[in-house]
Amino acid sequence: MSSQARKRVVTVSQREGKKLFYLSMPFILLVFVFSYLPLYGWIYAFFDYKPGYKLFDTEFKGFFFFKMLLSDPMTVDEVKRVMSNTLGMSVLSLFVQILPLIFAVFLVEIKFEPLKKAVQTITTLPNFLSWPLVYAFAFSMFSESDGFINKFLMHLHIIEEPISLLVSSDHVWLTQTAYLAWKTIGWTAIIYIAAVTSIDNELYEAARIDGAGRFRIMRYITIPHLMPTFFVLMLLSVANFLNNGLEQYLIFQNALNKDSIEVLDLYVYNIGIRNGMSGYNYSFATAVGILKSVVSVALLFSVNYASKRVRGEGII
Amino acid sequence: MKQKVTIGNLSFSVINSSIFILFAIICIFPLYYIFVLTLSNNQWAASGALVLYPKGFHIENYVQVLKLNGIGMALGVSALKTVVGTAFTLAGSSFLAYLFTKPNMFMKKFLYRFVIVTMYFNAGLIPWYINMKNLHLMNTFAVYIIPYIVAPFYVILIKTFIESIPKALEESAQIDGAGVFRIFWSILVPLSKPILATVAVFECVNQWNNLRDNLFLITDSRLNTLQFVLYKFMSEADALARKIMVDGGASLSASSFKLTPTAVSMTIAMVVILPIVCIYPFMQRYFTKGIMLGAVKG
Repeated sequence: MSSQARKRVVTVSQREGKKLFYLSMPFILLVFVFSYLPLYGWIYAFFDYKPGYKLFDTEFKGFFFFKMLLSDPMTVDEVKRVMSNTLGMSVLSLFVQILPLIFAVFLVEIKFEPLKKAVQTITTLPNFLSWPLVYAFAFSMFSESDGFINKFLMHLHIIEEPISLLVSSDHVWLTQTAYLAWKTIGWTAIIYIAAVTSIDNELYEAARIDGAGRFRIMRYITIPHLMPTFFVLMLLSVANFLNNGLEQYLIFQNALNKDSIEVLDLYVYNIGIRNGMSGYNYSFATAVGILKSVVSVALLFSVNYASKRVRGEGII
Repeated sequence: MKQKVTIGNLSFSVINSSIFILFAIICIFPLYYIFVLTLSNNQWAASGALVLYPKGFHIENYVQVLKLNGIGMALGVSALKTVVGTAFTLAGSSFLAYLFTKPNMFMKKFLYRFVIVTMYFNAGLIPWYINMKNLHLMNTFAVYIIPYIVAPFYVILIKTFIESIPKALEESAQIDGAGVFRIFWSILVPLSKPILATVAVFECVNQWNNLRDNLFLITDSRLNTLQFVLYKFMSEADALARKIMVDGGASLSASSFKLTPTAVSMTIAMVVILPIVCIYPFMQRYFTKGIMLGAVKG
């Protein structure tokens, strides 16, 4: 190819590159508007915002709300309570992470295909239910007046009075983690099942010839092969430590369990939006949200760094 | 020796299968129970009788619930936003993913990161709320659609898939004079059907289940979704149920078809869940594929 021709090819390619760039612009703009533009709202944390006023007509407070968050005794108590709920349930859900792995390891041991398929289909279903639906399910099972469990136990005369399982503040962390586990185990297991099927069959045959039993094969072949996947999922959930979702807790929240169910996201919603936009709440809620986002991003980067060190590959 | 191993194997299989069957029952039983409850005599159900199969069978609950103010409308809004939203997300995310597979795209690497990073951070609830307000998207149908057109996770999935399609196909079309849109529509879309189907199912379920937008951004009851109506009923059901109990159940005995708050919310729950249960088993085989592609990237 002559240098002239090569130049022409390069410019054609460049021109096409520009064209592709322009074609992507509407989409990039959407991402900018819905993901980057909201960052502007962080400015509200630095003003004493009052609804109905223009932002710049309200008093500039600097780091007042951040300081309050860290030094005002009453606020600190609140934040401690909310943080312990957030971290408590996050830690519990980290322990739950091991269940899909166990689920997958044992599910592949079912040799009767139709049963295996049926179990897999049915256990994946809860993942596709919204939290209001999960609440409806929980209500139908555990409600004091209509719940199946209460009716059943009273029917068998094991209990005389209905137990209140939904509106009590005892064991909230455990029950909420259980709902989350119920919803996600079957779904997450699909990833592990996919990983199990990709393991080389010869490894299994060799192990069997060497006289390894079922549990030995699990321990020395299946589980080690699933560890990289487990590791990635674990890191991702560590990165999402503070983001344990709003909807679940919002829906299960009631007057009696509020103290132990209020996680950071729900706290921000409760003080910022639900309690009306009066007083300092709006700005304070934004400040709490900012701290949460900053810690989350820091967690993500440290986890990514750890992943690069351990696996030689990041998760971002 | 061999016999012993077989017995061990057999008992393992039995115990293993039983545990899985038990777990499957725990997953499906609430659904079955609600279904039976909505078809049974509400008066019995409310009086504390245990219902394990439809007793006093009737479909009046469904008829009445669909007549309830706002439910038909909410069903329509939910269905419309699911169909339109999925179409827009599918078109937008797949076209952008296609652009990202082009090696000569200007600033490709930067733009790709610009999109993907948004998977991991957000400004927070209040700034998000203010942003939507400033954009005048509150109380519009568009708020259900436009923010979801570019979904980073789907962009990754579709991009990975398109990259596995031989480049030669695209090149030969290019030589024949096909432009960017033409190649995308006539060559890549048909070849990417498996991944597009996966994404379509994911997004359908997302759209159908999404509560957040309606909860925070919509106050106009004509734009309410089924999820929101269910949420409203569920958050009030317990209180309402107690109130009726205190009334002495006088209003209950009038008719066996009389709607109780529980019956209403359970029936709405069934209406919400029905489309998922119907479509889901047929789409299930795609999930494994879709998830596997996602897992590759981590």
